[in-house]
Amino acid sequence: MTSSTTGRTGPGTDPVAGGPTTAGPPAGSGTAGPAAGPAPGAGAGGALHVVQLLTPDGRRVDEGEDPEVAAHAAALTVEDLRGMYRDMALARRMDTEATALQRQGELGLWASLLGQEAAQVGSARATAPQDRLFPTYREHAVAMVRGVDPAHVLSLFRGVDRGGWDVEATGVSPYALVIGSQTLHATGYAMGVQRDGAVGTGDAGRDACVLAYFGDGASSQGDVSEAFVFATAFQAPVVFVCQNNQWAISVPAERQSRVPIAQRASGFGFPGVRVDGNDVIACYAVVRAAAERARAGQGPTLVEAFTYRMGAHTTSDDPGRYRPSVEVEQWRARDPLTRLEAHLRSDHGAGDDFFAEVARDGDALATRLRRDVLEMPDPAPGTMFDHAYAAEHPQVEAERAWYAEYVAGLDGEDRPAVEGGAGGGAPAQGGAA
Amino acid sequence: MSAIGPDGERVVERVSIARALNLGLRAAMERQPKVLVMGEDIGALGGVFRVTEGLAKDFGEERVIDTPLAEAGIIGTAIGLAMRGYRPVCEIQFDGFVFPAYDQIVTQLAKMTHRSRGALPMPVVIRIPFGGGIGAVEHHSESPEVLFAHTTGLRCVSPSNAVDAYWMIQQAIDSPDPVIFFEPKRHYWDKAELDPGAQPYPLHRSRVVRPGTDVTVVAYGPTVPLALRAAEVAQEEGRSLEVVDLRTISPLDLAPVEESVRRTGRLVVAHEAPVFLGLGAEVAARVTESCFYSLEAPVLRVGGFSVPYPAARLEDEYLPDTDRLLEAVDRVLAP
Repeated sequence: MTSSTTGRTGPGTDPVAGGPTTAGPPAGSGTAGPAAGPAPGAGAGGALHVVQLLTPDGRRVDEGEDPEVAAHAAALTVEDLRGMYRDMALARRMDTEATALQRQGELGLWASLLGQEAAQVGSARATAPQDRLFPTYREHAVAMVRGVDPAHVLSLFRGVDRGGWDVEATGVSPYALVIGSQTLHATGYAMGVQRDGAVGTGDAGRDACVLAYFGDGASSQGDVSEAFVFATAFQAPVVFVCQNNQWAISVPAERQSRVPIAQRASGFGFPGVRVDGNDVIACYAVVRAAAERARAGQGPTLVEAFTYRMGAHTTSDDPGRYRPSVEVEQWRARDPLTRLEAHLRSDHGAGDDFFAEVARDGDALATRLRRDVLEMPDPAPGTMFDHAYAAEHPQVEAERAWYAEYVAGLDGEDRPAVEGGAGGGAPAQGGAA
Repeated sequence: MSAIGPDGERVVERVSIARALNLGLRAAMERQPKVLVMGEDIGALGGVFRVTEGLAKDFGEERVIDTPLAEAGIIGTAIGLAMRGYRPVCEIQFDGFVFPAYDQIVTQLAKMTHRSRGALPMPVVIRIPFGGGIGAVEHHSESPEVLFAHTTGLRCVSPSNAVDAYWMIQQAIDSPDPVIFFEPKRHYWDKAELDPGAQPYPLHRSRVVRPGTDVTVVAYGPTVPLALRAAEVAQEEGRSLEVVDLRTISPLDLAPVEESVRRTGRLVVAHEAPVFLGLGAEVAARVTESCFYSLEAPVLRVGGFSVPYPAARLEDEYLPDTDRLLEAVDRVLAP
């Protein structure tokens, strides 16, 4: 797969909307106002090819696409497509429930993934079990696809712990909250994969790659540029997955980059591809091709999934202060779920019963998660001393002992139950998602 | 040159701190295949202080990684390598160059064990040549140790001599926690007798390096040789200084200090870092609390001034020297 700046995207065609495009500015003009509704092939930096395999009205297309990408998409079975729909729908339902829980005071904060389901489900489904993924705090669908119980995600936002899922079993690193920091960890991990001889052996069960998730805002961070430098210098097996959701809280993507973010890769010496981030098939196929490339020892790829943050940055944010609702409406027409639903109905015989079943599963998941969240006990105060260090640290142990003694001296009513010790404070576990 | 003879016998040799570190790194790399060394100019050049000399040739570039010139990148990728099971030893070329990596060290490296509830230990060593006295240009002479010691999740140590350097670098590599390893760069070429067959002293223990009876002097890294020189001068004046080499900054081991102060009743703490909020403040507060009824005088601190590290022609005025240290000794002994 190579970086392509030619292809179907001609003037007058919006590859995502599938119809006449809003006129994008010429390259480098940087005048695309958010109100215009950024077209995926235009926006900051001007026209470039955007990989799209499923149009917003649900038509499968692949003319002129990279053959490898097209082949990965063509290999998807009906069950795969149904699974993708189910993953996206469950993630959206989980997201809705989490927002409600936050509004009811049960979560301290929630970062909604609404609108980004395709970019997350498609990319995560392109990974192999031995791959490692480095998410940010919004990659809930990525986590779910990889088998992370969303209750663990919610426990983080409830303030019970820092997440606490099994990193080795799921291959999902802890959420990164310092923007861009995880791209370096991903690159270093990939350098370790190389040193373990798990790249380029041709053994599909052994060769591994790493996915580094970040966003348009993070693309401005020095850590991300350094990750690009290290990854390309050592030809590390990393796929950089940038979900360009157009907004870094209140600042539009145009402020982060004068060129399409995908084009940045060429300056570092590796391929960059922009994909319709609301097209789950394209996201899957493009990331799959990039992952195969990485696993084969051909180095990093940057995939820019051009998508949209339909909701607020977090439940503490008010997007009405900085972006027009018309833009949100334009993107609603490109919704990742409705287009796959249309495709499944028209081309693969999926009927109301399938979608009703998915909806029921979503509701059941939401009910279970709500119960789990409400049942999560506050961690015992003594657990804050756990794992500050991997080996015993006299300072921490002295303070732990002092605190326990202090609490023991309090009157009964004021006395919290001090417990702890390694491994304490596990979040409540629910049934299977 | 090897510290072990061809027949595996002990070879006691006089080695510099730089050489001792090199030998220690070699020993760790030979023992553990997961140990990697990474940093700027550490391969073919052997590091600007030659601490990694010959390692690239002997262990290969997969284990001795000449990195791009980006400190955050060095530490950030080391974190990822540690997640994969490696034990990276990172070289920061000079103290003043650590700050591009400060975010990765403080917000990521230090906290990863805690936020993963122990699932992702971070056995990463960060070697930093620190301190002044070599006539260097800006940003090459700083003492930022408390900025790291204040961060939970990091361990901080500083050897003051070649023997400690040899053992402590290996112990730091063996630690499951990140260790910031402060090397007293002005003393890189100071030599000592190294017996690689000897029993190492524990990493996180302080110890008395010169017994005395009148005043306890606490030092670490480059101020240890300074305190020992001051003790020689004081001896000629009929005053007996007991010198404690802290060796470990986080965790602190003040037991030998407290034991000493209970005998001397007087304490002076010396470091090159500015006195204000320096390690001396913590030592003074703790010793005041634990040895209040033994103290005959307030605990005094000797160190750098609250100014940016000055131009090289002024550094002898800035750095604590034997006169400044003995002036403090005079004051704690004043009737």
